[in-house]
Amino acid sequence: MDPSPSLFSLMSFGHDGWGARFMDGLVVTVEVSLAAYAVSLVFGLLGAGAKLSPYKWLRSIADVYTTLVRALPELLLLLLVYYSGADAIKFLLSFLGDDYDDVEVDPFAAAVMALGFIGGAYMTEVMRGAIQSIPVGQIEAAKACGMSPLLRVRRIILPQMLRFALPGMSNLWLNATKDSSLISVLGSFQDILFMGYRAASTTKHYSFFYSMTAVSFLVITLVSMAGIRLLEARVNRGYK
Amino acid sequence: MDESLTFLLSIFPRLLAAVPLTLALTAISGVIGNVLAVPVALARLSPNPLLWMPSALYILLMRGTPLLVQTYLIYYGLGEILPGSFIQQTFLWDYLKDGFWYAVFAFSLNTAGYTGEILRGAMSAVPRGEIEAAKAYGMSNGKILWRVTLPRAIQICLPAMSGETILLLKATSLASLITVWDVMGTARQIQKESYRIYEPLIAAGIIYIVTVFILTRLLNLLERRINQHRVAPQSA
Amino acid sequence: MDTTLKVEDLHKRFGEAEVLKGVSLSANTGDVIAMIGSSGSGKSTLLRCINLLEIPNSGRVYVNGELIRMKALPDGTSKPEDQKQVERIRSKLAMVFQSFNLWSHRTILENVIEAPVHVLGVPKKEAIERAEALLAKVGIADKRNFYPNHLSGGQQQRAAIARALAMEPSVLLFDEPTSALDPELVGEVLQVMRKLAEEGRTMLVVTHEMGFARDVANQIVFLHKGQIEEQGTPAEVIGHPKSERLKQFLSSTRH
Repeated sequence: MDPSPSLFSLMSFGHDGWGARFMDGLVVTVEVSLAAYAVSLVFGLLGAGAKLSPYKWLRSIADVYTTLVRALPELLLLLLVYYSGADAIKFLLSFLGDDYDDVEVDPFAAAVMALGFIGGAYMTEVMRGAIQSIPVGQIEAAKACGMSPLLRVRRIILPQMLRFALPGMSNLWLNATKDSSLISVLGSFQDILFMGYRAASTTKHYSFFYSMTAVSFLVITLVSMAGIRLLEARVNRGYK
Repeated sequence: MDESLTFLLSIFPRLLAAVPLTLALTAISGVIGNVLAVPVALARLSPNPLLWMPSALYILLMRGTPLLVQTYLIYYGLGEILPGSFIQQTFLWDYLKDGFWYAVFAFSLNTAGYTGEILRGAMSAVPRGEIEAAKAYGMSNGKILWRVTLPRAIQICLPAMSGETILLLKATSLASLITVWDVMGTARQIQKESYRIYEPLIAAGIIYIVTVFILTRLLNLLERRINQHRVAPQSA
Repeated sequence: MDTTLKVEDLHKRFGEAEVLKGVSLSANTGDVIAMIGSSGSGKSTLLRCINLLEIPNSGRVYVNGELIRMKALPDGTSKPEDQKQVERIRSKLAMVFQSFNLWSHRTILENVIEAPVHVLGVPKKEAIERAEALLAKVGIADKRNFYPNHLSGGQQQRAAIARALAMEPSVLLFDEPTSALDPELVGEVLQVMRKLAEEGRTMLVVTHEMGFARDVANQIVFLHKGQIEEQGTPAEVIGHPKSERLKQFLSSTRH
């Protein structure tokens, strides 16, 4: 092994340092996490709506969704949804004609859909809990004022829900950033962990580069936590 | 489709044979991790900065970075350091050749961080009065911890701890990435041999779901036994 | 007569506020002392300083003639010199709390035998026999295998009294034992306490129950702003209050 002075030069931003490539990896990780989180919000809202709907079949679908996702390892789900998602899109496109046979499904979109689908199941529970914590009286008051269902959701339920859902949602954001590391397994993404893997196996400085990888994720976590604290202070104004 | 189903059924025995390994990973890491969680929580609650600061940092590291990164760091990092060290001369070396014990090591440390934080919360939620009563009756600090604070805290956080155990069972699938042939690892092996993507994953998925379901049931039973004081009284 | 408990010149400050300003008190064997006073008078703090749940800033506490050794710290507080001594002395001063403070993870019987077995080292079998007798005495023998949460407040407090008696203490300390109870449950607890007084137990009772103080106590101490304002037999203190403050206090508590 090289003596240690050279170790940190390995993280330099020059053309033979890995610093710049780690930065690129950081950007990929954050992009995937953000996109997956946005998708999970959609799945979460739909899921929570389904769970609280008066229709039994909707509730059943949502129950199956959350139960299955929460019982399966994330890695297995990611692989399953990643490949089947791509196949499903191809399958649908094949109905449109032969022109689409050669279409390659964007791996980014497929991975984001897969991670978002997984996160959505947890989001469903967070949002359902938050909606149920809104005092019934306030929703009744909105009804009594003659608000339409849509207006009630927009003006009363959503803004209040945010306050109850924020701790859970913050947690899920932190999970999304960490779960995004799984995409390195797919081989088509140059996220932080992938960069760490490449750097470590090229230079054989395994402990150093995996530590740098951990530090990069820690930075994301710490920045996120600071942001969450600001957000909480804002959302909770008037309640403390 | 028929052929696919036949294949799916044909690989079940091989996957089921890997279940003990998945359970062993979960059980060993769970036990070690939960035991380590106690000193982590105690240190975190200490007024002494030399104790609480390292503990807080440890919890942050374990919860703030992905388990997969921690697993790689331990597997490849120790793999870099251990050969050539004295460990190579000891009996331990035989165990350290495959990924299993590295995975156990990583999962235990991770569990200690998560459960340590849960336990910290639970310990500060133990009603003050009950601890005060123990003091007033002459119990030493060690006895108060052992006979009142810890048992009460574990009762309080038992639901969260069983949730963590289920998460741990699922997380053991990451061991497949460091050459451990658990259920997930076996599924990936079958994928490579057969060039089939879905069947091995679906079969493994079914096995995980059933295992999680059974484990959840068992943990619920355990919880009900330990938290008797919450259920309705039996006749005296 | 033996002096079971003696308190000399006890001072206690919480930050800026001086809660006890030099209180002295002594109890002989068989004494039942009721401590009365409005909230904030320092009566609960006094009780908690006696078994060192609060550490007094200065002053001396003797139990059965043994001084609890304290050492003064530079910041004006003090701390026990020997934690082992504190634990030993605490085991002789059994306390009954306002909010019962039974250990909720143990059954009523387990609550009663916990400290005798694990602090005093009584063999478990013997402790159980004694505990059963005590539970019968306070009238909840049938509840031995229940958890505290399944009992009414009055039953819980009686269990807590059994727990205190199981220590065979020199002094029983009662910290507003009926204040957290629904009015209809107060009577059953007071009745048990009355029985203990008749047995000749040494008791120190912080209470709002003037009836109990008048009928059961042989001495009443009236605390006001951290000092003993008046002290004497019930006939003197309640029958012929001297100070204006005690008169005011008595008229405000008698409805």
